Amino acid sequence: MTDRISRREAVQLVSAMLGGVTLVGGEALWRAPARAMPALRQPGGWTPAQVALLDEAAETILPRTATPGAKDAHCGTFIALMVTDTYEAGHQRIFRRGLVELDAAARAAHGSRFVELTPPQRLALVERFDREAFQFMRGRPADEPPHWFRMLKELTLLGFFTSEVGMTQALRYVESAGRFDPCVPYAPGDRDWAAHA
Amino acid sequence: MPVPRPTSALTTTYDAIVVGSGISGGWAAKELTEAGLRVLMLERGRNVEHVKDYVNATKGTWEYPHRGGRTQQMIADYPVLQRDYPLNEKNLDWWVKDAEHPYTEVRRFDWYRGYHVGGRSLTWGRQSYRLSDLDFEANDKDGIGVDWPIRYADLAPWYDKVERFAGISGSREGLAQLPDGQFQPAMPLNCAESHVAERLASRFGGERRVIPGRTANLTRPLPGRGACQSRNACWLGCPFGAYFSTQSSTLPAAMATGRLTLKPWSIVTEVLYDADRKRATGVRVLDALTRQTTDYTARVVFLCASALNSTWLLMRSATDVWPGGLGSSSEALGRNLMDHHFRCGARGTLEGFDDKTVYGRRPTGTYVPRFRNLPGGEKRPYLRGFGYQGGAGRSNWARGIAELGVGAAFKDLMTTPGGWGAGWMGFGEMLPDPSNRVSLDDAKRDAWGLPVLKIDCGIGENERLMRQDMMNDMAEMLNAAGLKHVQTYDLGYAPGMGIHEMGTARMGRDRRTSVLNAHNQVWDAPNVFVTDGACMTSAGCQNPSLTYMALTARAADHAVRELKRRNL
Repeated sequence: MTDRISRREAVQLVSAMLGGVTLVGGEALWRAPARAMPALRQPGGWTPAQVALLDEAAETILPRTATPGAKDAHCGTFIALMVTDTYEAGHQRIFRRGLVELDAAARAAHGSRFVELTPPQRLALVERFDREAFQFMRGRPADEPPHWFRMLKELTLLGFFTSEVGMTQALRYVESAGRFDPCVPYAPGDRDWAAHA
Repeated sequence: MPVPRPTSALTTTYDAIVVGSGISGGWAAKELTEAGLRVLMLERGRNVEHVKDYVNATKGTWEYPHRGGRTQQMIADYPVLQRDYPLNEKNLDWWVKDAEHPYTEVRRFDWYRGYHVGGRSLTWGRQSYRLSDLDFEANDKDGIGVDWPIRYADLAPWYDKVERFAGISGSREGLAQLPDGQFQPAMPLNCAESHVAERLASRFGGERRVIPGRTANLTRPLPGRGACQSRNACWLGCPFGAYFSTQSSTLPAAMATGRLTLKPWSIVTEVLYDADRKRATGVRVLDALTRQTTDYTARVVFLCASALNSTWLLMRSATDVWPGGLGSSSEALGRNLMDHHFRCGARGTLEGFDDKTVYGRRPTGTYVPRFRNLPGGEKRPYLRGFGYQGGAGRSNWARGIAELGVGAAFKDLMTTPGGWGAGWMGFGEMLPDPSNRVSLDDAKRDAWGLPVLKIDCGIGENERLMRQDMMNDMAEMLNAAGLKHVQTYDLGYAPGMGIHEMGTARMGRDRRTSVLNAHNQVWDAPNVFVTDGACMTSAGCQNPSLTYMALTARAADHAVRELKRRNL
């Protein structure tokens, strides 16, 4: 059985499991999935180059492996949107300064912009900032803003693991599980089940 | 040009009027229509049709621009709602915009409201627990507030009735402080929770135990409703009708009688009162869309507008007779506002279950019934007690945010579940205190010209002392169960965060010290019934909605009997 089934199929499956019960308003359920997928929202205030930098930084954190990676999930666009729409002004400034710092570090180490580096060069830089942010966050007073790389890493993980490819391919997703089994075997490497709402 | 209305809406005379369409209002409409009355149910907000209007119920998280999160614009638009989890992108339409519905906070009070057909029955947490005589006798024994005018035996048959109809899943435990009910099969504990439950049983001998959450989610189908599909997306509305809401349960039953008229967009500005007959004659309704005013008459009026809104409405009614409003003759009106204080407890990690996981998303956690200050037990330095809600689960990708790691191996690791953790959070009883009160703020009017509600409420020493036990007792239990890295926490609490507003029009035995009698009738207008959280004389520590259902069904039965006896 494949892990990916359409919403309509999921609803049909679980309806079958209901044993023919007549659902109040059941007809409307069949119409609901006809809704169109919204286009990826484009944030204002970001240049294509900045979004490309976000994409490559996110892909370095969560690269494509046997499953899709951050770029497949359009993490760059998502991160830019989240910073613009959900971050307070002070955090936005810290985040944007961080991207400048990332490129500056790339130039200092290799004389090129981050997006021009090889994947191993990118990884080395990102690992350095990951360690720096990790240390910073450990000693940080509670009222101080987070390190910019912590922001980037959080938005990358959020953007990827709540994206369609992240939830349905990197993780396992069933819209309606149909039953709750409180104890099933787990083998190392088995992918996690994605949440719903 | 006036908006054309359906013919039936031209009728202004009914047998009964129900104000509000949430958990209590839905039950009032169902019981009264099934008893043969022609009922008008009024809702101040818009209609929400079952299934059809659950527009986000089957959406993937990726279909929301911010994946369900909150934007700075949302935070600005919802200054109250943003104080806790309810502000989110997925069911934003089911919470009121604070700016459109202002109130005054003398002390901080988080009032999270849902103004639409179904009210908060669409978004509630579904935990359903009975009160017991430990609760009904508490005020009398402690000399706090006033005595409840009823005992458990008065309410038990009504709990039976509402549980059977609503569909409550749970386990029978034989606990005096948390009576068993008419349960559907329980949603089981997972392996880690079962392990904790077994360890607690051997350490505490059944005195402290972990039981499945008693929840208004079906594990067996009921007529017109399917069993839970383990989606755990309840608060988006359930396409299967698998949790109790007005839409899934009471409204279809009331509609099936052919005797219910439901009118959304109907703001009740006052209960109309006949001082000579000492009875309400009906209600005045302001149409929220046309701003036209219409008087509706009925022989009985049920106020089910949610605790603070029902009291607010009483305060605006019959002011020519009582300046403080209908029910204010005792001075109890508006006082003894309560909630459940929570957001503190303990958590830890659990080893030995890495080869186990769960399938499906269970829409409930587990419960630890009250074990403090029980009869014959040790007396704690505070009155009353608390229960716990929580459970065990494996961590997900979010654990990676704070961990060190980037790159391919890190990513693949984050696609797999992390270790097991477990934690329970206390839900504590808040004592009735007359200084915790609501009143009218005549200096501020809302968009409809009504003086807004002023709320002045805080927790006291009893609650603060209880919170110490809420943390330390759970830490002791988790240590006894063999958990590692056990930590207590207190996330901070402000009244209202429990979304269990109770009191301000309490039931009592004496018209001089209470607003309502033993059948939820206003002492000064016996054909006005208040059956939502406003009526609560004390809070217990159990989630209260099931008790509102039972009290409403009982009051409706009394109203019908009294109508037949021509007493109303």
